[in-house]
Amino acid sequence: MTPDAFIKQLKEAFREEGRVLPTADQPTLEVPVEQWLETARILRDEFGFEQLIDLCGVDYLSYGQDEWETRDATAEGFSRGVDAQGPGRFRWRELPEAEAVENRFAVVVHLLSIQHNRRLRLRTFAPDEDLPMVPSLVEVWSVANWFEREAFDLFGILFEGHPDLRRILTDYGFTGHPFRKDFPLIGNVTVRYDEEKQRVVYEPVEIEPRVLVPRVIRADSRYRTDEIDEAAGEAAGSRSGQSTGQSTGKG
Amino acid sequence: MADINNYTLNFGPQHPAAHGVLRLVLEMDGETVVRADPHIGLLHRATEKLAESKPFNQSIGYMDRLDYVSMMCNEHAYVRAIEQLLGIEPPVRARYIRTMFDEITRIGNHLMWVGANGLDLGAMTAFLYAFRERETVMDLYEAVSGARMHATYYRPGGVYRDLPDRMPQYKESPWTKGKDLERKNEWREGSLLDFVEAFASDFDKKVDDYETLLTDNRIWKQRTVNIGVVSPERALQLGFTGPMLRASGIAWDLRKKQPYAMYHEMDFDIPVGANGDCYDRYLVRIEELRQSAKIVLQCVKWLRENQGPVMLRNFKVIPPTREEMKDDMEALIHHFKLFTEGYCVPPGETYAAVEAPKGEFGCYLVSDGANKPFRAHFRAPGFAHLSSMDEMLRGHMLADVPAMIGTQDIVFGEVDR
Repeated sequence: MTPDAFIKQLKEAFREEGRVLPTADQPTLEVPVEQWLETARILRDEFGFEQLIDLCGVDYLSYGQDEWETRDATAEGFSRGVDAQGPGRFRWRELPEAEAVENRFAVVVHLLSIQHNRRLRLRTFAPDEDLPMVPSLVEVWSVANWFEREAFDLFGILFEGHPDLRRILTDYGFTGHPFRKDFPLIGNVTVRYDEEKQRVVYEPVEIEPRVLVPRVIRADSRYRTDEIDEAAGEAAGSRSGQSTGQSTGKG
Repeated sequence: MADINNYTLNFGPQHPAAHGVLRLVLEMDGETVVRADPHIGLLHRATEKLAESKPFNQSIGYMDRLDYVSMMCNEHAYVRAIEQLLGIEPPVRARYIRTMFDEITRIGNHLMWVGANGLDLGAMTAFLYAFRERETVMDLYEAVSGARMHATYYRPGGVYRDLPDRMPQYKESPWTKGKDLERKNEWREGSLLDFVEAFASDFDKKVDDYETLLTDNRIWKQRTVNIGVVSPERALQLGFTGPMLRASGIAWDLRKKQPYAMYHEMDFDIPVGANGDCYDRYLVRIEELRQSAKIVLQCVKWLRENQGPVMLRNFKVIPPTREEMKDDMEALIHHFKLFTEGYCVPPGETYAAVEAPKGEFGCYLVSDGANKPFRAHFRAPGFAHLSSMDEMLRGHMLADVPAMIGTQDIVFGEVDR
């Protein structure tokens, strides 16, 4: 079956609830959280996806936000870059007031069908931002067990029906979910061995939050890479760069 | 008679057979394992979050530190993901170099594995033999990138630089002199490619050496045959990939089924096991060593005959050479922008996977158009393999625990990320 035929078949099967996105590397299927488990079962049993290759959480808070004004240059120089509140710019006590975003937490699954040599990305959004809950896929693919524990640990996504939802990667007794975008990059506590007390002690983190390179989004013509490749191909051999250098950003 | 209860045994986190920092809580009934609960995360460095706070290129070095026994394969997955998002394809020569170094890396990884696993189960000599050859792999890394382990050699758009014309030689020292020095420099008279060729053509004999020590060894077989049997159905359910999956009898290899770099041009075979026990996994990996040497030789042949660029000349993503930068204004601007800000990647998401020595190493990238990834996630084969530890260990003896950790080829750099 050709990729197109497969996408058509997917659209057919998940006509009502699902949404098939034409992502370049492999098709993406988005389903509402109520259909999550059912979809997984259909994909395994009817579409032949025997393997769950990967499962991870995504926090879409601050998606598309940059820290550097690129369209209107100001006279303020470097400082225009440092007020933003990316994860590397605040401490635990100074958590930014996060704006509520719709569909903040997503669970993304990558499936592999060995019999058809085909991949599929499957995604659902957890409806409630404060208590993100997604049904667990452990009964469909056993390997989901640890992947879901990881997503719970790092993002705080709760997997309903998971047999053993414990933290997995963070320290014993850790507070918070470190991969959320409103969790500071420098962390919360440091651990060190105290010579006097003769034991390991936990202390508030003392390093300063800092970011060396601000987050920049440029939507200019430079990234139409096909044209650039062509131009670069022509210019290869001769000492060049000029043909592609017309629209250099004047950051 | 006194009531005998199950008791709990704490294996690790600092245990010589734990292959790093694994804490394994074992519930024992006498000497039989009833339940195993691996506690991981002692090496957790939040690589994914760090990658999200840095421009794309600055995270390549982190990839080496994930699975620190197969460094370049990790880099390969990451740069491929970036290349897919940018829509660029590296030049052919760079793809051949990547193929060659992926296989050299596989040799290095499997040598480490056969040595360490042998050592865990009491075969000391195999370790010494394997590490003799592994030194060569490290030397190749050093010759090509300047670093013995953490190479940062693959870049989006190609590889950092072309292969060197001369292979560095040993100098005379109190530790290497006379005949010893001659022997060590025997292959190093010519270019790096000459050295690789000499190494790869001789490698089959070296693998024979390891096989003499282990394959028909009675003790080795007693420790591995019928230990940790995984059926093909369970292997799929448990997310096995790479040698673990193939030893269970499923002929699946990304290099064949979803080829990347230049693997579609390569002639090699995929070894498949029959029983899915530790012994089969050993045999599969040993055969992969031979097949890797075969691929390396094919790459050497092509690389000798064909020259060409190893990096794209797309200065929006790839920095211009230093020479150009010195006398061309545009090149200087590009250089400045790339090293202060990096390049922005079009919004989108992608998943790129490579057949790393341990299994499928994948990189899932989400970009919102910025110069840093919005979300980077790495799919480590060891993470999925280790999660099956409980199921694989149940009913086995305590002495089989090192055999099982060994057979899964666990490296905590990638499990904990």
